[in-house]
Amino acid sequence: MKQQKMKIISRRNVLFLMGGVASSALFTKFAMAKPNLALQRIKEISKSEVEEVDLFLDVPEIAENGNQVKVSFDIDSPMTKDDFVRTVYLLADGNPAPNVAKFSFTTDMGACSATTRMRLSKTQNVYLLAEYNNGKFAMTKSKVKVTIGGCGG
Amino acid sequence: MSKIKPRGKVPKKAAIDEIIEIKTLIRHPMHSGRMKDKDGKNIPKRIINKFLVKFNGKQVFGMDLEPSISTNPYIAFPFKAKESGTFDFEWTDDNGEKYIMSRRMDVS
Repeated sequence: MKQQKMKIISRRNVLFLMGGVASSALFTKFAMAKPNLALQRIKEISKSEVEEVDLFLDVPEIAENGNQVKVSFDIDSPMTKDDFVRTVYLLADGNPAPNVAKFSFTTDMGACSATTRMRLSKTQNVYLLAEYNNGKFAMTKSKVKVTIGGCGG
Repeated sequence: MSKIKPRGKVPKKAAIDEIIEIKTLIRHPMHSGRMKDKDGKNIPKRIINKFLVKFNGKQVFGMDLEPSISTNPYIAFPFKAKESGTFDFEWTDDNGEKYIMSRRMDVS
């Protein structure tokens, strides 16, 4: 008796399940199709493919509060007239807008590093894009898990 | 609303070729334009959009800020001390106001 009951339910459920699976697959496809604004922006700025290298980008692995996330970076550069980092862009791919900040460096600084605090609306990647004086670009990214988002609602 | 007040920390004395760290903070709400107030109305966007540092009149560091920067923007950056002089810091608000601060540094 018990077996029979179970059979009926499962038979009915098959259609339901199939529909569910199909629609959820569709939804993930839709979500995946959403363009990565930060990467798009990087392409716009650099006008070419940018190599991912190991720049020092210090962000927490887990941010409890997305309102105040400390970000610092340190790019190894002699900062002389012939070889220095001109601009550093900070971008995030999960925020309403990909741009976070743009830093303009000069040779007077002697080092290429900076620290600030940013907002993160959800778990996402933070990108660092550096432009050298010879027109070359380098980038790195780091994932931050966010417990409480920081962009208001 | 609390008054907008810039603060900064620059070493008073530095040795030649020493790389010092300058820390600045400005009290500012940095309304991103997405937050809502108690009545559910949107708070209009109002942020600090530009930060400039001059040393003896020459620009040494600049930063463009976006709404993704936190309330009370904190900015720290390095500087290589070569000569005595004055730092001029300038923050620009969305409403056109500028907040200015100066700090003196002696190099020996």
